[in-house]
Amino acid sequence: MVETRKGGLFVPEPEVRPGGQPDFSKVKIPRAGSVERPPVDVDPATIRDMAFSIIRVLNRDGEAVGPWAGTLTDEELLEGLKHMMTLRAFDARMQMAQRQGKTSFYMQHMGEEAVSCAFRRAMEPGDMNFPTYRQAGLLIAGDYPMVEMMNQIYSNEADPLKGRQLPIMYSAKDHGFFSISGNLGTQFIQAVGWAMASAINNDTRIAAGWIGDGSTAESDFHAALVFASTYRAPVVLNIVNNQWAISTFQGIARGGAGTFAARGLGFGLPALRVDGNDYLAVHAVAKWAVERARMGLGATLVEYVTYRVGAHSTSDDPSAYRPKTESDAWPLGDPVIRLKNHLIRRGVWTDDRHKQAEAEVLDMVITAQKEAEKHGTLHAGGRPSARDMFEGVYAEMPPHLRRQRQQAGV
Amino acid sequence: MPRMTMIEAIRDAMDVSMGRDENVVVFGEDVGYFGGVFRCTAGLQQKYGSSRCFDTPISELGIVGVAVGMAAYGLRPCVEIQFADYVYPAYDQIVSEAARIRYRSAGQFTCPIVIRMPTGGGIFGGQTHSQSPEALFTHVSGLKVVVPSNPQDAKGLLISAIEDPDPVIFLEPKRLYNGPFDGHHDRPVTPWSKHDLGDVAANHVTVPLGKAVTRREGSAVTILAYGTMVHVALAAAEDAGIDAEVIDLRTLLPLDLDAITASVKKTGRCVVVHEATMTSGFGAELVTLVQEHCFYHLEAPVARVAGWDTPYPHAQEWDYFPGPARIGEALRAVMEA
Repeated sequence: MVETRKGGLFVPEPEVRPGGQPDFSKVKIPRAGSVERPPVDVDPATIRDMAFSIIRVLNRDGEAVGPWAGTLTDEELLEGLKHMMTLRAFDARMQMAQRQGKTSFYMQHMGEEAVSCAFRRAMEPGDMNFPTYRQAGLLIAGDYPMVEMMNQIYSNEADPLKGRQLPIMYSAKDHGFFSISGNLGTQFIQAVGWAMASAINNDTRIAAGWIGDGSTAESDFHAALVFASTYRAPVVLNIVNNQWAISTFQGIARGGAGTFAARGLGFGLPALRVDGNDYLAVHAVAKWAVERARMGLGATLVEYVTYRVGAHSTSDDPSAYRPKTESDAWPLGDPVIRLKNHLIRRGVWTDDRHKQAEAEVLDMVITAQKEAEKHGTLHAGGRPSARDMFEGVYAEMPPHLRRQRQQAGV
Repeated sequence: MPRMTMIEAIRDAMDVSMGRDENVVVFGEDVGYFGGVFRCTAGLQQKYGSSRCFDTPISELGIVGVAVGMAAYGLRPCVEIQFADYVYPAYDQIVSEAARIRYRSAGQFTCPIVIRMPTGGGIFGGQTHSQSPEALFTHVSGLKVVVPSNPQDAKGLLISAIEDPDPVIFLEPKRLYNGPFDGHHDRPVTPWSKHDLGDVAANHVTVPLGKAVTRREGSAVTILAYGTMVHVALAAAEDAGIDAEVIDLRTLLPLDLDAITASVKKTGRCVVVHEATMTSGFGAELVTLVQEHCFYHLEAPVARVAGWDTPYPHAQEWDYFPGPARIGEALRAVMEA
C-alpha cells in the first residue's frame, strides 16, 4: 500500500538524522553467493530482477562463495589489498596536507576503495575510464606514479596539469584516465561517445563511465543511457551509490524507483547491483561487464552499493546532516577489513603481516609526499608560471591572448 | 568552377573532408538516412556508410557529449544541431567540456569537433527557429566561432573548421542557404547560381579561420558585419548612396582585429551590424575594440544596429529584423555627426 499525501509537497527524508539511532534494517542484503551469474550474452530481459538484488561474494566468515567467486588468484588479491591500503593511506596524508594548508581542497575515498581499485583490474591497457572525483583507485591500482598525483594536488611546479585544475581533478591519458571535469555527470555521455568511436573504428577497446548516485539526476546520465542503448556502445556504465550526495540522501535522486540500477531497465540494458565493499564481487561484476562490452554485446549498467564514510570533501561536515555513528552501522562493512579477513581465511595473510604492510604503505606514501613537496605546495616553493596560464587554451595562441599575456606582463 | 548553393557547398565540404580523413564522422537529428532537414548531409550516409554518418536521438546534450568523447578517442566529429535555437541543452558540454578539455588536461586530451547549426532569422521561423546566439559562444575561452556569408566561404571555412585542432561553432545563416538575402524581404532573392560567390572550387579548398575579408571597398565609413548582415549592409550602403567599406568578419573568434583597425583608421567612421539582440551582443565587443584601437582616428561615435532586445517575434519579423532602412539611418547619422 502506498500512503496518500497528507498535504503539502512530499519530500523524501532519510530514515535518521543527527541525534538519531542509525538504522539500515530496510536495506535488504542478500546472502553472499545467492545471486546467479548469467552468461555474458544473456538476454537482458531475462535478468531484470538482478537490478533489485545485490551480488556478493564474501560472506560473514570471510569465505568467497557462489557463482561470482574465483576470478582472482591469491597474488592478485594480495595486490588488491595493497592497492586499497595505499589509497587509504594516501587519502589520510593528503587530507592532512589540506588541513596543513598545503593545498586548497581534497576529497577522500574512505569506505569506497574497493570500487575503483577492483574495477581497474578488470580493464585492459588501452581502455578508457571517464571518472568522477572519487575514483583515484583507478590510478593507484593502475600503477600511476603517486608523486604525480601529489604534484597535481599541490599545484606545484611539477604539476602535470600546470596548476590549472582543482586538486584531485587528475588527467592521465596513458593510464586510461580521462580528465576529470568537476561539473557533474558530463563524463557519462562522453564515455559512451568514446565507446562509439571505438566501435566505428572496429576497435576492441572499451570505455567505462562513472557517476555518483546524486548525479544520476543530471540529463547527461539519461542521454548516456539512450545513446549506449541505441548504438550498443562498448561501455560499462558505473553508478557509485555511496548513499550521500554532499548532504542529500540518495532518496532525493532515486525518487520512487527501487534502485539506481533499475534506471537501466527501461533502456533494455542489463542492470546489475553489486556489493561495493566486496573487492571480489566488484571485480567479478566488472569483468563480466567488460567482457560483454568487448565482445560487442553492448553496455551494462552497474550500481555499486557502498557508503561514503568520510565527508564529501574537505569543505563538508557530515555531522550536520547524518548521525556520526551511521558509518559504523553500515551493513556491508569495510572493504579493506573484509578483504584482509578473506586473505587470512585463505591462509595467505596474517594480522602481523597486515600491520607490517600498513607501516610499509605509509612509509611509501610519506616518501612520495616528501618527493612531491620538493617541487612545492600550493602556497610555498615552486609553482607553475603565470605565463602557463595563457598556454593551451588553443593549440595555437590567438592574437587576443597574446595581447593579454603581454598586458599581464608575464 | 561549379556554382553551388550554400547547402551544396556545406555538404561538399563534409564530403571532401570525409573522403580525405576517415576520422571525420557526421551525425545529428535527421542527418543520416534523410540527409538533414535542410539537406546539408544528403547522400553522405549512402556514400560513407552508417558508421560515419548517422541519425541520433533528439538530445543535443547527447550529440555534443558523444562528440566530445569521440574526439578524446581520436575522431573528428562534425555534428549538426538542427537549429541554433536548440543548442542550449548542449551548452554545458560545449562550455565546460569541449572548450576546456585541452586546457584542463594540459593537452593530453583535445577536442577537434565542429558543431554546425543554422542560425538567424528572416524565414518566419518565430522564436524557436530564428535566434542568433553567437555571443553566447564568443564569450567562451577555448572555442572558435565562424559565420560564413556565402557558398565559397562556407566550404572553405567548414573544411578549415573540421581540420582545426580545437572546437569550432559553425553558424550557418539559414536565410543565405539558397541566395544572398539583402534584407529587402519584399523583393525576390537572387539565387547563388547568379552570384559570383556561388562559385565554389571543387575538391579540397580552405579559407583560413580568423581572417576577415573586405566585401566592398569604400572611404566614408566602415561597416562591420557577418553572415546575412553582410548582404544587408551592402544593400543599405547602395540604397543610402554612401561609400561604405563593408568588412565581412567571417570568424568572430579569433577575430581579425588588424582588418578592422586598418579599415576604421582609413574611414574614421564605423557602424557595427548584427541580427542578434543588442545588449551584450557581439557588437558590444566590436565597438569596444574599435574604441580601444581607433579612438584618435574616429570622426563620429560608433553606431550599433542590431535586433531589438525582445524574443524573436513571428508576425513582426520585419519590424524586428535590422534591415537596410535601419542600417541606412545609422549610416546617415554617423556621416552627419
